Amino acid sequence: MATERHDVELSVNGVAYRRSVEARMLLSDFLRHELHLAGTHVGCEHGVCGACTVLLDGAAVRSCLMFAVQTDGCAVSTIEGLASSDGELSPIQTAMHEHHGLQCGYCTPGILMTMTAFLRDKPDPTEQEVREALSGNLCRCTGYQNIVDAMMAAARAIRAAAP
Amino acid sequence: MTTRFFGAPVKRNEDRKLLTGQAMFIDDVELPGLLHAAFLRSQVAHARIRSIDVSEALKRPGVVAVYTANDLGDYWRPGPLLVSPPPIPGIVFNERTHVPLAKDFVRCAGEPLAIVVAESRYLAEDALDDIFVDLDILPAVVDVEKALQKGTAHVHADLGSNVAAHVHQTKGDYAKAAAKAHLTLKRRFRYEHGISSPIETRGVVAQWDARAEHMTVWDTTQAPVFVRNLLAGALGLGEGQVRVIAPFVGGGFGPKILMLYPEEATLPWIAMRLKRPIKWIEDRFEHFVATTHERGQIHDAEIALDRDGRILGVKDVFLHDNGAYNPYGLTVPINSQCTMLGPYVIPAYDSTFTSVFTNLTIVTPYRGAGRQHGVFVIERLLDLAAHELGIDPTEIRRHNLIPPDAFPYQNEIIYQDFAPLQYDSGNYEPVLDRALEMIGHKTFINEEQPKLRAQGRCVGIGIACYVEGTGIGPYEGAKVQVRANGKVSVATGIGTQGQGHFTSFAQIVADQLGVKVTDVDIVTGDTDRFYWGAGTFASRGAVVAGNAVNEASLAVRKKALKLASDAFECAEEDLVLADGSVSITGIPEKFISLGELVLRANPMRGAVQPGTEPGLESTQYFGPASGTTANGVHAVIVEVDPSTYDMKILKYVVVHDCGTVINPLILAGQIHGGVAQGIGNAFYEKLAFDEHGQLLNASLADYLLPTALEIPRMELDHATTPSPLNPLGIKGAGEAGAIPVGPLIAQAIEDALQLKRKKVELLEIPLSPSRVFELIREGDKR
Repeated sequence: MATERHDVELSVNGVAYRRSVEARMLLSDFLRHELHLAGTHVGCEHGVCGACTVLLDGAAVRSCLMFAVQTDGCAVSTIEGLASSDGELSPIQTAMHEHHGLQCGYCTPGILMTMTAFLRDKPDPTEQEVREALSGNLCRCTGYQNIVDAMMAAARAIRAAAP
Repeated sequence: MTTRFFGAPVKRNEDRKLLTGQAMFIDDVELPGLLHAAFLRSQVAHARIRSIDVSEALKRPGVVAVYTANDLGDYWRPGPLLVSPPPIPGIVFNERTHVPLAKDFVRCAGEPLAIVVAESRYLAEDALDDIFVDLDILPAVVDVEKALQKGTAHVHADLGSNVAAHVHQTKGDYAKAAAKAHLTLKRRFRYEHGISSPIETRGVVAQWDARAEHMTVWDTTQAPVFVRNLLAGALGLGEGQVRVIAPFVGGGFGPKILMLYPEEATLPWIAMRLKRPIKWIEDRFEHFVATTHERGQIHDAEIALDRDGRILGVKDVFLHDNGAYNPYGLTVPINSQCTMLGPYVIPAYDSTFTSVFTNLTIVTPYRGAGRQHGVFVIERLLDLAAHELGIDPTEIRRHNLIPPDAFPYQNEIIYQDFAPLQYDSGNYEPVLDRALEMIGHKTFINEEQPKLRAQGRCVGIGIACYVEGTGIGPYEGAKVQVRANGKVSVATGIGTQGQGHFTSFAQIVADQLGVKVTDVDIVTGDTDRFYWGAGTFASRGAVVAGNAVNEASLAVRKKALKLASDAFECAEEDLVLADGSVSITGIPEKFISLGELVLRANPMRGAVQPGTEPGLESTQYFGPASGTTANGVHAVIVEVDPSTYDMKILKYVVVHDCGTVINPLILAGQIHGGVAQGIGNAFYEKLAFDEHGQLLNASLADYLLPTALEIPRMELDHATTPSPLNPLGIKGAGEAGAIPVGPLIAQAIEDALQLKRKKVELLEIPLSPSRVFELIREGDKR
């Protein structure tokens, strides 16, 4: 029943991929184990923890709640694509480092992707808005405070760099 | 040593890998020919196994093998007792350790019955549905009080009762103390602790190289060295034939130290038989039932005080929910028993506990490890006593604090490290004063609270004190090695789950060897890189491994200075070690780099002095005589919605003393995270079981981990009373944030809703809006 395969063509971090996958293969498993982009993490597989968040055509989505075949023709962005090609960290990555916004780092990929989309859409948020945006991503290590501080700093950096 | 880095808020070395998706976690291990395992777990909590039929599963395409307990043959045996019971006179301890796969009986829901090995995880999980299990369901033991009544079912039929352990410890003479008391107060307290729920679940990958006769195991463990030792013993291999690697681990908080979990025990054995590598990654539902919990205790506790509120004694009898097996010994209830004494002078203490087998998931330490339960009881007793005596809750605490000249302070009873409980150092009153100042205690009580109450707002304040026994032995070690490129490699046997060891240990090395923090690579959790050690638990990494790193760095420093003094033909005292080289004092242009010294320390030809060790390296060990005691005070102001009983934290303050601080940035992170888990424990998280032992909320949608909206901004300050028990003066800090939050929140909610007037007492954790509502309604009925 599960053996019927489907072709899927998508781009991930600007690289085009074509694969044949089972209909039931989750996007998270596809990214991690088929494309070997293991930076996207899986924490709950039921859409609550947010660790697997990626950008799908720019929107933050839970890759554990989607099938790979649903991304046919889409552009996906993952943590591996955040830094520039010469390795320079994005303002959000930099701020997380500067503010000690990560400890074990397991939830970090999802947080980076969620906040990348959020700060793109809302470059001048209040702390409460940051907390609301962050509330779909569970972190068990940091108590969130340093992540919130990092996002406020990242927002300032993004605004300062804006043309 | 110069202290350029030690004590500074150095940003973390490990961040870049984690921020770019390059850090290797367990499920990132990919190997050619990798097989995948899925575990069939019991859906019921207590049953006799009639039969397990795997024949249909074996027919499914892609399934390679299926194993039940019987297939394991002689390999099936109960796991080791990891922590022996402490040497306490009269102790009863009934050892019943967990098994790799259930055989004959199932003793908790989630206990594995069979393992499917298949070409993919999807196929392995499909095949679980093909297995037919015939169970004779037995009554489940869920309630610790009923578990001890006559006629109840027994978790271990051969034992004849559900008593896992019985322990009585005393200090002084409580009966005499109570006879002299102006006031004695007795209450029943219930404290539940939940599941640590790291965002990464557990996982194991095992690879057997038949030609080399070598086993490699990647494992999300907090204690790789002991996993190696246990596996080598079980598999009939030498320790040198087994390499255990704990890669980046996505949070632990205690439960990842249990070993051998069934999955750890069985995957390597299967890999040897199938001669293919095999992976198992726990899913979140499995995690809720198959990774250990901490859970609850019921305390009947009594406090005796004089007229001024001075504690004369405390008596406590408690039941501890142990779960189905007790491989971790008595660490959790012993911690509860010992930590109840808190930062206070308690001349007489009489404490008895019974640890009870239940048909629930095994209980092992989770951040705080039973300390919360004890702290809740003593802090709540003091609140009740303060009310009865008409003393301010902060003042009754102040009256009873151990004075600074009383250290080392003897509490006499035996602690989890098997030594009599002794607090090494401390200065408690300034910590309390600072917390009161930061929370604005006087202003709040005298001005803000009356004003807000007049507006109809329900605001309240809480203050709670605690101590935490940290940094226990036995020992850790470290190897520090300068490489020819002048950079430094350090290896230690502990595991890392986000504590920042790659940075804090590097800071210690950097100062001793005059190099940059970023030029020090730390390896933790790879048994081929460091052979010996115990693991990461009990807030001990920085204390024990940190001091070992320091000792090894000191030895390398001496070697470097000796080599340089030979090269320059000058006295070692005339040399400076800085910026990656050794130079002569006052003549900076006359220098020799550490890399060059490394080459000199390993000559290709010629002769060396007898007894010379090659290389700029050293391996040293550190073992403290006993644990070191950290302390602190948390203070909170909350507002409770009087119609919904939802709680909002308006201000949260932590003042903490963990001795000398290596990295205040990392320390603050540890405190923040601990407080967040404490808030979850106090108000949001509850493992809800039905009478059949079914966990009713085994998903993150139902078991509520706090989010960024529930966790407030925290204000932190530190006091520094160095520990005399280690050269760096460090005390542990990993668990401190989580420990006193329960009584703090209970006190603040009572104050906010003025529950004393209604004669409602909050004597249990977790509270939640609905539970507070129920308790108030029960109070109204009385």
